[in-house]
Amino acid sequence: MIKFSDRQLKIPKLMRPVYLATVGMSKFDRAFPETRTEELCIQAFTAAADFVNMTPSELKQYIHTCYYGHFADHFGDQLLGESVIHDRLGLDPLGNIGVKTGGATGGSTMWEAVKAVASGYSDCTLALGWERMDEVPTDEGNHLISAAADKDWETPLGHIYTGYYAVMAQRYWKIFGKEEDSFRDTMAEIAVKNRGYARMNPHAQAPMKITIEDVKNSPIVAYPLRALDCCLMSVGSACGIVCDEKTAYEITNNPLRIYIAAGSHTLRVADRRNMAIPLLPNETPDTYKDLAKRFPGSDRYPGFTGFLAARMAAYYAYGMAGIKDPIEDLDVIELHDAFTISDIQSYEDVGLRPYGEGRDYIESGDAYLINPQTKKPGKLPSNLSGGLIGCMHAVGATGLMQIAEIGYHIWNRWDEIHEPQEKWDAFGRKKPDDWTSLQVKGAKRGLAISHAGVGSHVTAAILMDPKNLLKED
Amino acid sequence: MPKTENEKGFVDVVNGKYKPKGVFHIPEANQPIFNKDTGKLAGITNPRDMTYMHSYGGEAPFFEGLGKGKLMATRCDNDKCDTKGSIYQPFRIYCPDCLRKNTIIDMTDLAKTTAKIYSYIITHRSGAFNSLPKPIKFINIEFEGVVTILMSVLAVGEPEFDKKVVPIFNTKAPTYTITDLRFVVEGTSESELPEDFTF
Ligand SMILES: [Zn+2]
Repeated sequence: MIKFSDRQLKIPKLMRPVYLATVGMSKFDRAFPETRTEELCIQAFTAAADFVNMTPSELKQYIHTCYYGHFADHFGDQLLGESVIHDRLGLDPLGNIGVKTGGATGGSTMWEAVKAVASGYSDCTLALGWERMDEVPTDEGNHLISAAADKDWETPLGHIYTGYYAVMAQRYWKIFGKEEDSFRDTMAEIAVKNRGYARMNPHAQAPMKITIEDVKNSPIVAYPLRALDCCLMSVGSACGIVCDEKTAYEITNNPLRIYIAAGSHTLRVADRRNMAIPLLPNETPDTYKDLAKRFPGSDRYPGFTGFLAARMAAYYAYGMAGIKDPIEDLDVIELHDAFTISDIQSYEDVGLRPYGEGRDYIESGDAYLINPQTKKPGKLPSNLSGGLIGCMHAVGATGLMQIAEIGYHIWNRWDEIHEPQEKWDAFGRKKPDDWTSLQVKGAKRGLAISHAGVGSHVTAAILMDPKNLLKED
Repeated sequence: MPKTENEKGFVDVVNGKYKPKGVFHIPEANQPIFNKDTGKLAGITNPRDMTYMHSYGGEAPFFEGLGKGKLMATRCDNDKCDTKGSIYQPFRIYCPDCLRKNTIIDMTDLAKTTAKIYSYIITHRSGAFNSLPKPIKFINIEFEGVVTILMSVLAVGEPEFDKKVVPIFNTKAPTYTITDLRFVVEGTSESELPEDFTF
């Protein structure tokens, strides 16, 4: 049994408040055969400048240090790709550094940028991420992704990362899903929901109007996961700029407070050892006293059914921001829906529901903008961007896209980013005739979870309207 | 096309240094990429053929053991360690808690008698350079008294939760990679094993 010391469980502290001043995103797509990465990064940065009515050169005057999230160097065959982008953005001679934590790279990049401001080292930092996965054939791409697993113990087994991941889905499916058709439908509902929300997002790569049956009839990738249960592989860029209070209010009239924390767990799922479930503020030891009775086979934690890194990131971030119950305290959330089933797992890791009961977050209608059963606003809408399943998974940019999307809701400017016909035209995408606003009305607080692979790294970023904080500094 | 013997790279360690011999990369010219619709240049291809030299270091006894039909693991024997007695498979050179060097142990018999499936997945997909037959049946294996859950593949039989499995080893033509270790369901006969594999 692994135990953690009180020092390790200390709630992280930012030495001064940190604010998110602006964000930006590029178009996301499977491939850009005639666009260089820097063009997409400049698109994202320019969008961030536009958002605060500045020119890019005006915005650059505030930046003091730069954090770049870009996971897979080997896809682009370019080491120090961060330096290329830094130069093309015209940000020399500022200090810059690359951040790499797999699928959590975007979140981790923001984690670093926030700490630099909190410590006083910088008053304004840039967190910008991108990914480029279209410049090798798909089977070589699968090999390159599998190189993020242990190269001696896992990669030679098929060179296919999905295989290393899906064994966890299988375990969750059998133990907590009990192989029920109704659970299979709930998984499919997530794919329908997120692809449906992507239809309202001009940046999104894979908008689709589909049914539960479509998902259940799509080709099997690794049972029980089917093609429409899986996230996208994407190219694109996203960014955010964070500041101390004074600088933030020089850039914009309404910056958002940002808190962010990170957790980790073994790179190989094989190395997970047993431990007691670390509890979140809305749980007690009683929450889990009969878990193994209700779900035979769930006696091992995290086993293959939980993500310890996500639980720890949530534990730290909730403590920093004063969140007692995420469903009550938050208004909007972006989760890392790499697969429909892992999305359900993460509901439990971050405390939207206790372990074993994640499916209820979807089935209750809480996860929708409009609860399909009550026709009233959902309690905590998730992945209105379309998520990784419907919008994009351009690895190094994903966590930053999520933070940007949460920001748009709290700023009450979601429509401005997603509605204009000119943007749909510029991206060469058809705006649906039934386009509707997904703005969460009155959103004051939101959460974005950025997650790597089998759960090696996870960050939890919380954004709040500064007039609606839950905790004094 | 597979390489001929003359096109392969080989390496020995001599006097503490790598000594490569043979061919380590075959150069190939790049090609332009044109947009077929506009006729304009979009980019280029960059062909690359490389061979890495990789040290197994302290894990070498594990990979060498497979070719001899042995499943080697490690155990922390440090009296002062909170998790003393933990057996690790995957083989860990050092205890993750006390960072003292673990004791290498032979767990072949333990695996033959107590291995069972904790989870599994069957996939028809693979990445470039895959050498396993498809579909690949990934299995995660629990062993009695082992604190971790090894990932491997099931070569014979259908995977199910808690099903007993036994290890098989590529002893006839070892590759010295993790693919030299596979599992089969209990009761499989020698004649059903993949080529080059023995119990
Ligand atoms: Zn030890």
